[in-house]
Amino acid sequence: MPVTFSSGEIAAEERRCSRGVSVAIKNVSIAFAGRTVLENFDIEISAGEFVVIVGRSGCGKSTLLRSVVGLETPQSGTITLGEVAGSNGKPDVRVMFQDSRLLPWRRILPNVMLGLEPAIIPQARRVLAQVGLAERANDWPATLSGGQRQRVALARALVHDPNLLLLDEPLGSLDALTRIEMQQLIEDVWRNRGFTAMLVTHDVAEAISLADRVILIEGGRVALDEVVNIPRPRTRGGARFAALEERILGRVLQRQSVF
Amino acid sequence: MSRGQKQSTTKTQLRPSILVKRALPWVVPISLVVAWQWASSAGILPSRFLPSPRAVVSSFIELSASGELWMHVRVSTLRALAGFAVGGGLGLLLGLLTGSLHWAETLLDTTIQMVRNIPPLALIPLVILWFGIDESAKLFLVSLGVFFPVYINTFHGIRSVDRGLLEMGRTYGLSGWPLYREIILPGALPSILVGVRFSLGLMWVILIVAETISAHSGIGYMTMNAREFMQTDVMVVGILLYAILGKLADLLAKGLERYWLRWNPAYQTAR
Repeated sequence: MPVTFSSGEIAAEERRCSRGVSVAIKNVSIAFAGRTVLENFDIEISAGEFVVIVGRSGCGKSTLLRSVVGLETPQSGTITLGEVAGSNGKPDVRVMFQDSRLLPWRRILPNVMLGLEPAIIPQARRVLAQVGLAERANDWPATLSGGQRQRVALARALVHDPNLLLLDEPLGSLDALTRIEMQQLIEDVWRNRGFTAMLVTHDVAEAISLADRVILIEGGRVALDEVVNIPRPRTRGGARFAALEERILGRVLQRQSVF
Repeated sequence: MSRGQKQSTTKTQLRPSILVKRALPWVVPISLVVAWQWASSAGILPSRFLPSPRAVVSSFIELSASGELWMHVRVSTLRALAGFAVGGGLGLLLGLLTGSLHWAETLLDTTIQMVRNIPPLALIPLVILWFGIDESAKLFLVSLGVFFPVYINTFHGIRSVDRGLLEMGRTYGLSGWPLYREIILPGALPSILVGVRFSLGLMWVILIVAETISAHSGIGYMTMNAREFMQTDVMVVGILLYAILGKLADLLAKGLERYWLRWNPAYQTAR
């Protein structure tokens, strides 16, 4: 598997179609202790798409992500992942959590290689270099900053060359500058590898800078499904960016004033 | 206030702080020994009650030269270690079992908690009846004593493994033994080592009692035997030996913690 970057947009476009996997969520309902979190929830995500899910705390966006990887079981409905060409047909799904969840008792390189054979070492080192932490391979996670730990968590997911990457507010606890850096890193990696990405976030600006499509969840349903047509790389200062951010934020807040 | 800070910093620079720090813990014990020696030589402290430190040292040299001392130390240490291996091993195994499997907890934990409340030393009359004053009696008592700290801390350690890490491990396809080796065991290790340290202390306490009550060899036997002949110096040597062996066991446990938990900033050696 080549991990070298190519800047050609077309090449990336081609690979995106081959690497990513489609996700079909149909009629999914999830309830915890009688409280409905998601109700008859439907979305279709095409292969290689970057979908960002926004919503207020407790709207069920994390639950949705967790049910895609099987950490939650829906009471009804189906979640289907597309077939992958080439490999054994079973798509590889990886998750990045809000906290890095590195094993504190393993050094950085073994953390990146979690669950893999030693033969993967060169590849793990390459991915670690890709996230800018090649020289920290032999350090303990406790010696890294929050942003660096999330980079390692990203590298750990990328070593598997996933078909679908689920990002559950992975940048939520980082400072503003590190966040922007990490957003760029995630976007670069996604553009070059072409996996399908589902990101959950509170941050509307983050959503717009990364998403092909922004989905707003409210009351367990899709309240807004907006395609973002701003060419990449996106700059936050742009007029279209600001207008869209204003509109989505307005939509989120308007719903609140009703209650 | 700023002036006060300035003064204190100059002070720390002036005094050889490391030397003082090293020497300070020994000031009290050394003065006590000096006072003890003085009281003995002045005749205030009759050697029938407590021999002078000099007498203790010469008795120590005599006993170790004849090889008698090392024979007893070896016997006691082997007993302690055998008991620790059996009791600690069983505690670890059962703790892992009840910590990992809910049905095992339901089946065994109530019983273990009941037995735990019986002090092992209360069983001595029964143990003598069962095993006589043989090696097996001491092995049984030590094993029983060290079992519970290891068991309880292992159980607790397994139960308190970070759920987030377990979840992460599962999404990375780990299950069964790999999940155990990568996440559950290392996660429970800090707690298990607390249990080990606790048991190592308890191990000597129980062995001392067992050896003083009935034995043909060992430090406890040596001490009790000396009492019969009023050899107070030999008795003090025995008591000090227990202190030294206990300290060595604790150092060993600390060393294990420092090595196995070196990933944890709380256990990294301070500079």
